Amino acid sequence: MTHHVLRTPITEAQARALRVNDTVTLEGTLFGIRDANQIALFDHGRSTRFDMRGHAALHTAPNVRKVAPSPEHPTGYAPLCVGTTTSARMERFTQPLLEKLGVRLIVGKGGLGAASLQAFARHGGAYLAVIGGTAALETTWVEAIEDVDMDDLNPESLWKFRVKGFGPLLVAMDSDGASLYEAVDREARARRADALARLGVK
Amino acid sequence: MKVDPAQVEEIARELYVRALKILPPDVKEGFARLAATERDATAKGVLGTMITNIRVAEETENLLCQDTGIPIYNVTIGRGVEIAGVDLERAIRRGCERATREHSLRSSVVHPITRRNEHTSCGPGVPAIHFGFCDDERLVIEMVPKGSGSENNSWLRMAIPAEGVNAIKAFVVDCVIEAGGKTCPPTIVGVGVGGTSDLCMALAKRAATRPLGTPCADPDGASMEASLTEAVNMLGVGPQGLGGDSTAFAVHVEIAATHITMNPVAVNMQCHSARRASASITPAGVEFGF
Repeated sequence: MTHHVLRTPITEAQARALRVNDTVTLEGTLFGIRDANQIALFDHGRSTRFDMRGHAALHTAPNVRKVAPSPEHPTGYAPLCVGTTTSARMERFTQPLLEKLGVRLIVGKGGLGAASLQAFARHGGAYLAVIGGTAALETTWVEAIEDVDMDDLNPESLWKFRVKGFGPLLVAMDSDGASLYEAVDREARARRADALARLGVK
Repeated sequence: MKVDPAQVEEIARELYVRALKILPPDVKEGFARLAATERDATAKGVLGTMITNIRVAEETENLLCQDTGIPIYNVTIGRGVEIAGVDLERAIRRGCERATREHSLRSSVVHPITRRNEHTSCGPGVPAIHFGFCDDERLVIEMVPKGSGSENNSWLRMAIPAEGVNAIKAFVVDCVIEAGGKTCPPTIVGVGVGGTSDLCMALAKRAATRPLGTPCADPDGASMEASLTEAVNMLGVGPQGLGGDSTAFAVHVEIAATHITMNPVAVNMQCHSARRASASITPAGVEFGF
């Protein structure tokens, strides 16, 4: 169990060095991705002007306030509350995110499935778990919204955050085929019979 | 008691923001209880972060969770309350829109076919507004911002009488396994038993959003709650689905009578950010609570 401080973008070797139960703190750029912008990118053929190669992408759609553009808020958006949404809905986008856009790390909550685990192994990536529902805390790790693309999809725009001390995040799926979620699910199914016995269900 | 729609609008606005920022005391106590009994080291850490977040939200006056949810207003109308129903409904809707605009809340609500977001947290049929009645001279408005992580894990099963109560129990256990970490556990697992299909689902929602520590009014329902709580916490799903004892704060059951040929069961979950706020309007004034 190692703690890694990663300044993005990272290399394939850095991504492949991560193992489940390690922890990570991110520094630098973190992209915000979501259902609508990934549907647009991968189903409707839209493209982004952002270079996401080697970067980390967070499953999010933040609460923002429109402000006058300034050095502090170059896009005219101030972040109010940035938190993490359930990753599972976006399972089928992991593969193209890694293959086409070169993303290395996905930050989310609740975990991803078997196809994502394969994509992490094939391309060299990992899933970092943030504690869902703790957005007030997470927001304190976000310095600014540096840029925004596909803003017609607001709040599901493609966001570019600048983060400082974003974490600790738990490596919950790695490039070696390990997934904490898969292990917990397997264990829960194994314990089902005991739980039903407690309820007197035969 | 005459109630001014402008006052209802103001309260509806205030309740949405309050619910998003301050967690009810019964949920905070629920966290303290789980943190004291959790045995898994990772799970202890996860619960600790959740408890820290509650404090940070209050200190920074920020939202507990970025998911502003689907807004739900539960309205209880007492005797002698004078306000036209349509005015009451419109005032709540306006308050919800104003909260979104004035605080700058993320509008999480879109048209279900076009996916268009009006940036008002409102749309056809939303906010969901439910009406009930009571004997006292008061108007109570409860606001529940229902997060989608937990709402996306909702189930209905029209079991049959031959499957008995065992079908209900097994269904709840299977739903908790299926939900895993997607619902942001520890959750309040709401179970609806009986009724029609739509009533059964509504019961599950009522159960999921009931304050912790309030047992089901029906004694058989209450006894089922206790054993189901113990059973789902044997599964080891744990906070965030990362393993541990703390899968659910509690299983809540609400019941309604059903047809002789029916045995319906519904499950709706509430995430650990089990947010709600309420206001009671009486001749003496307005009192905000949870």
